[in-house]
Amino acid sequence: MKRRLAQILALSALRGIALAVLLTTLLMLASIAIGGASSISWEFLTAEPVEGMTRGGIFPAIFGTVCITLLMIVLALPLGVCAAIYMVEYAGNSVLSRVIRASVNNLAGVPSIVFGLFGVGFFVLFVGRSLDKVRGGGLLFGQPAMLWAAATLAVLVLPVIIVNTAEALTAVPRSHREASFALGATRWQTVRRVVLPQARSGILTGSILSISRGAGETAPILFTGCAYFLPRLPLVHLEIPFTGLSVPMVNPLDQFMELSYHIFIMATQSTDAAATRPIQYGTTLVLVGLTFLLNISAIFLRVRYRRALEAR
Amino acid sequence: MSRPVLLATPRSSRPPDPGANPAKVSFQAMSFSYRERKALSGVTLEVPEKRVTAIIGPSGCGKSTLIKSINRIAEVGTDVRVEGRVELEGLDIYAPGTDLVDLRRRVGMLFQKPNPFPKTIFENVAFGPRIHGSAGATDLEAVVEKSLRQAALWEEVRDRLHSPALELSGGQQQRLCLARVLAVDPEVILMDEPCSALDPISTARIEELIEELRQSYTVVIVTHNMQQAARVSDRTAFLLNGELVEVGETEKIFTNPSDRRTEDYITGRFG
Repeated sequence: MKRRLAQILALSALRGIALAVLLTTLLMLASIAIGGASSISWEFLTAEPVEGMTRGGIFPAIFGTVCITLLMIVLALPLGVCAAIYMVEYAGNSVLSRVIRASVNNLAGVPSIVFGLFGVGFFVLFVGRSLDKVRGGGLLFGQPAMLWAAATLAVLVLPVIIVNTAEALTAVPRSHREASFALGATRWQTVRRVVLPQARSGILTGSILSISRGAGETAPILFTGCAYFLPRLPLVHLEIPFTGLSVPMVNPLDQFMELSYHIFIMATQSTDAAATRPIQYGTTLVLVGLTFLLNISAIFLRVRYRRALEAR
Repeated sequence: MSRPVLLATPRSSRPPDPGANPAKVSFQAMSFSYRERKALSGVTLEVPEKRVTAIIGPSGCGKSTLIKSINRIAEVGTDVRVEGRVELEGLDIYAPGTDLVDLRRRVGMLFQKPNPFPKTIFENVAFGPRIHGSAGATDLEAVVEKSLRQAALWEEVRDRLHSPALELSGGQQQRLCLARVLAVDPEVILMDEPCSALDPISTARIEELIEELRQSYTVVIVTHNMQQAARVSDRTAFLLNGELVEVGETEKIFTNPSDRRTEDYITGRFG
């Protein structure tokens, strides 16, 4: 009887905790949706902020978030995947590889504000200023810019991408590697023709999830590139020679507005925080929506991956 | 001393002296250790060309290590130490600077569990020729067909060359793996208990194939199944605790072994 009671109690407690997690998520999403739905309009999504950012839209922030996320992917994904391939396929279980593995895991646990400070110190002040010194002339690289913000975010998501990719690579059965080696394939041929094709969707799924985490981060870009208020888009017009035409291009050396930072400043730095409340909610809804899109695509990929595994 | 009970009759169609062929692979006082464990000690063994050599012995006796040392797969992903020599046609394959790609092209291997890649049937067989760049696009189809025919699989898969290899049955998968090995045109084919995951009918088909392969290839087969060793091989080597106890013509090993331990093993007193 006593054992039965304990069983019932334990089960209810576990169920309650699980429900609490679900409820918290639902509450958060519901409050964002209810608060933000009224401010979402075509104008809100496509216009610039006006009147001290108490009215108008958030298009520059959406644009900045998309640009910096894409730039972060370009910087982090190849680097992370290559590092994981080296760790799993080449380094084996040497002392060096164990040290690398440990530091990658530790890097994943570093608070994001530390990455922000590292970004200023390393990318803006060291790399940027050094480039300026070599180039001569005034300040060009040595100031906060989209490039440095994206690089800082890339460093933040790098360990997560590496860990996820390493996991996907380790999941490829050893017997397939052996078969490939036994046929006279080199290590690189084995990686490219046998391991990577099988690990591809796993790598993508993991990477998208880590990227969606990075896309919502504020602290790393705080000092490295995002602007309080920048009503124009970070574009530069490139002239095509002899035609007199010019094409707009994203300028990675410009500053930019970003959704999470926009929420942060409107909630804490605005002269009239109450007046901007609908915009805060609306911006949050857009940010959550964008990261949700990334997560959905990861889930979609994972389902496909699982099917492929089961077909084996 | 009682005569050992013969488990299966070796075929009488065997040439009188199967050991007379020149050695294709030879082990000379070879010892093989993994990080903490010695797997083979002082093995001296000659594997004659274009003959089937069976390696028998109880679990953990070093059979797998022995054949995996011939294509140097035993050392993948682990640290090993090798003493003595292993030669392929007189060439020391553990000499520094040995071209592993070339060695493994010459020495193919069939594994215990069929391990086709999750690719199409065609791509599985074409894998070797592709990585070695040894066949052009038109040749490739010819090579794939020839290899599948040699592995007695062509008739079953000719209409679905581009469907996934993993849809095949276990026995078909193992024959596909054999075709994949044959496509790189090896000289030696190693088989590590190739039938242990197969049903009796699939096993019989693999054994028929081994009989055909011995016309043109040197085959080394590890097997748990003594009837199989007696049926398919010309020579048999008996390993125990990492040491070679006895090697000789299969018929002799199974009817009149010279070592007491061999007799005990084949008559089922242990193992």
